Amino acid sequence: MQMQATSDYLLQAVTQAIEHKRPLYIRGGGSKDFYGNSQAATSQHTILNTTNWQGIVDYEPSELVVTARAGTSLADLEKLLHEQGQMLAFEPPYFSTATTLGGCVAAGLSGPRRAYAGAVRDYVLGVQLLDGQGSILSFGGQVMKNVAGYDVSRLMVGAMGTLGVLLEVSLKVLPRPETERTLCIQTSQPDAIHFMRRCSAEPLPVSATCFLDGRLYIRVSGPESAVRTAHSRLGGDIIADGADFWESIRDHTYSFFQQGKSAEQSLWRLSIQPTAPSLSLPGKQLIEWGGALRWLLTDKDTDATIIRQQAANAGGHATLFYGDKTTVSAFHPLSPALLKIHQRLKQQFDPLGIFNPQRLYPEIQPCKPI
Amino acid sequence: MKRKQLIAAFLQFLPEEAVLYETEELRPYECDALSAYRQLPMLVVLPRTEAEIIKILQICHAEQVPVVARGSGTGLSGGAQPHAEGVLLSLAKLNRILEIDPLACTARVQPGVRNLAISEAAAPYGMYYAPDPSSQIACSIGGNVAENSGGVHCLKYGLTVHNILRLRVLTIEGELLEIGSEAFDSPGFDLLALMTGSEGMLGIITEITVKLLPKPETVQLVMAVFNEISLAGEAVANVIQAGIIPAGMEMMDKLTIHAVEDFVHAGYDLEGAAILLCESDGMAEEVASEIEQIQAILRASGAIRIRVARDEAERQLFWAGRKAAFPAAGRVSPDYYCMDGTIPRKHLARVLEQIEQLSEKYNLRCMNVFHAGDGNLHPLILYDATQPGELEKAEAFGARILEICIEFGGSVTGEHGVGIEKLNQMCLQFNDAERNLFHAVKAAFDPQALLNPGKAIPELHRCAEFGAMHVHQGTEKFPDIPRF
Repeated sequence: MQMQATSDYLLQAVTQAIEHKRPLYIRGGGSKDFYGNSQAATSQHTILNTTNWQGIVDYEPSELVVTARAGTSLADLEKLLHEQGQMLAFEPPYFSTATTLGGCVAAGLSGPRRAYAGAVRDYVLGVQLLDGQGSILSFGGQVMKNVAGYDVSRLMVGAMGTLGVLLEVSLKVLPRPETERTLCIQTSQPDAIHFMRRCSAEPLPVSATCFLDGRLYIRVSGPESAVRTAHSRLGGDIIADGADFWESIRDHTYSFFQQGKSAEQSLWRLSIQPTAPSLSLPGKQLIEWGGALRWLLTDKDTDATIIRQQAANAGGHATLFYGDKTTVSAFHPLSPALLKIHQRLKQQFDPLGIFNPQRLYPEIQPCKPI
Repeated sequence: MKRKQLIAAFLQFLPEEAVLYETEELRPYECDALSAYRQLPMLVVLPRTEAEIIKILQICHAEQVPVVARGSGTGLSGGAQPHAEGVLLSLAKLNRILEIDPLACTARVQPGVRNLAISEAAAPYGMYYAPDPSSQIACSIGGNVAENSGGVHCLKYGLTVHNILRLRVLTIEGELLEIGSEAFDSPGFDLLALMTGSEGMLGIITEITVKLLPKPETVQLVMAVFNEISLAGEAVANVIQAGIIPAGMEMMDKLTIHAVEDFVHAGYDLEGAAILLCESDGMAEEVASEIEQIQAILRASGAIRIRVARDEAERQLFWAGRKAAFPAAGRVSPDYYCMDGTIPRKHLARVLEQIEQLSEKYNLRCMNVFHAGDGNLHPLILYDATQPGELEKAEAFGARILEICIEFGGSVTGEHGVGIEKLNQMCLQFNDAERNLFHAVKAAFDPQALLNPGKAIPELHRCAEFGAMHVHQGTEKFPDIPRF
């Protein structure tokens, strides 16, 4: 009965938003309220709370698939998988204990394992969503291989809720590795980047890398014997609290990231070509994903244009993660050709522009929200 | 614009041999590997550069001429079937590997490059490209992206969508879209995923950056024989439940085993009802421990015989049998119809049972080979096209298999695409609102529907007609599937 009430609430909220052409701000646990462009709700705006739309719909460990409602707590979901010796291989960031599956998929952020096991989008098999015309639609499914129709499921990943309300998500899951060991090597930044790339180009069971303050951390995962051999090849000292270290990098509780939340500083996320040499930007850097993710902690007044230009020159893009987004857009500008496609897709999925205006790119809105 | 004017316009910037219009020149393009359906295009163009493609598209867009892209023509669902009033855009001449970057683990290639050629070029660096459709010796990477092709290694290493980073795509207007990047993600919507598997309906791919993986240090293969196919199916679930993701897990039924053994002499056991091939790759220690575990699980799951390939040559031989299943079908039957459906693995035994019943009903033999690890079935329906009515029976049999896949929560295509072959079944897998959204996605890229029209996503009227065909004694087959 409670789920029926929640389902009615979601449907009614969307129907009313359509009727009144009034924006809806989709919100799960709110763990990523900071992420993306700010969209302060006013009295005329409705927050669509999805946290009651929760529960595991289906879980078959031998099928490697779990289906859950979007409001399901990520912690509950991962606990269930853990009990069966399985995991979400993309190691989703939590940022707070309130985080939900829907928010995880909508934000499209992946954790330390991403460079070695794939991103959240790589594990999404299917979604059920509520579109901007009030229709409930299903795409993809619970099977590993499915090429029927366009891949709308993965299109939802990272769309920040601008294309519809996620109702259910089916994810591929993987077995948890038998053993994990975190190694630490003292080195310089250029050498660390090169070392990380060599690790990726060789058949070693590396599952995470991180460089900061002259130390390169490497996590190896797999059967005990393979982990031991990998350690002997890579060298380095074993870190005793490896699991805590990676969790603090994943959830930004590590001091480097905490500084990014201060009023005087900004934290930028630069996703670039992994082989790009050290970036010369003011501030401090933390490097993940075998060189492909460079976090920049910098003074809040550092020119965003210069940061974005450097990221683009290095084959990627820059996101303002923590910082003042009133004058700087959170996300890297799109080329005019890509922006046009974004606008047209938004128009098709959400013709009245009710879902999360401003949050991703304000300029994709089909019409001005009231 | 008349055909002649169009030819003249193309000859302004293309050499004579790059514009084909005589019937005998067009004939090789009349179908892809789904040869039951044939259609001559109005004309064929063979550009060599992206700049030439832009001009071709601009002309076609201005003149409202449909454009169908084609790679090597190995597609199995008629996705590259020409349009009678359209231009067939062959990308075969864009066949250069532009760059291999072993440290970035990437290769930048043109769409006409063969799948296997990428791994061959990467081999000196100790790397390879993982998705390996069975046609990899011939199929082009552009076609792989268009169909989101899979293969034996997909359970562990993913489909095409998991193994590409960046695309250069031209819209029908000839505008360039740079989708994805050399980085691991891009801002905005995941257009890279949307483009992958879109069957040439959204844009023309002119360049692809693929991910390369380091070649595993060791590879080992186990072959297990089962007396009952359902036991083999359970064995697959047991291996995965134990926390092992094999690099490949393939199954063949008795009819297939006999057909391929006669052909390849792979040393298969002819006594059993099913053979399971299970491969492990990784570091030597990892593989040794996995192979031990796999053998124990298969034994406990009822395997009557287990063989570990003695050496690389024997491993290749065991695989050669599986990979020759399709040509082997061609040897035991004048014609065969290859299906491609996916089901949750747990329903394998029940689905195979139903296929067997259909085989009796239609009086047509059916060889079953499948990617057991990911539930992707490839029933090969054997028939003789010279016998009146057999093709129609084979098609009806195949269509029913796809419907069964949907009933069991699967999909009408795992890796071959919808093309023209499975349009009717798309009406069952998706309701009208979902199909409408597909059309809306198409419209966002190609508002006038000039790219590969009539493929992949059925029009609503087609589904209405198809739905009506299935009303039997007033009872709909799938009452829970919304209809209009």
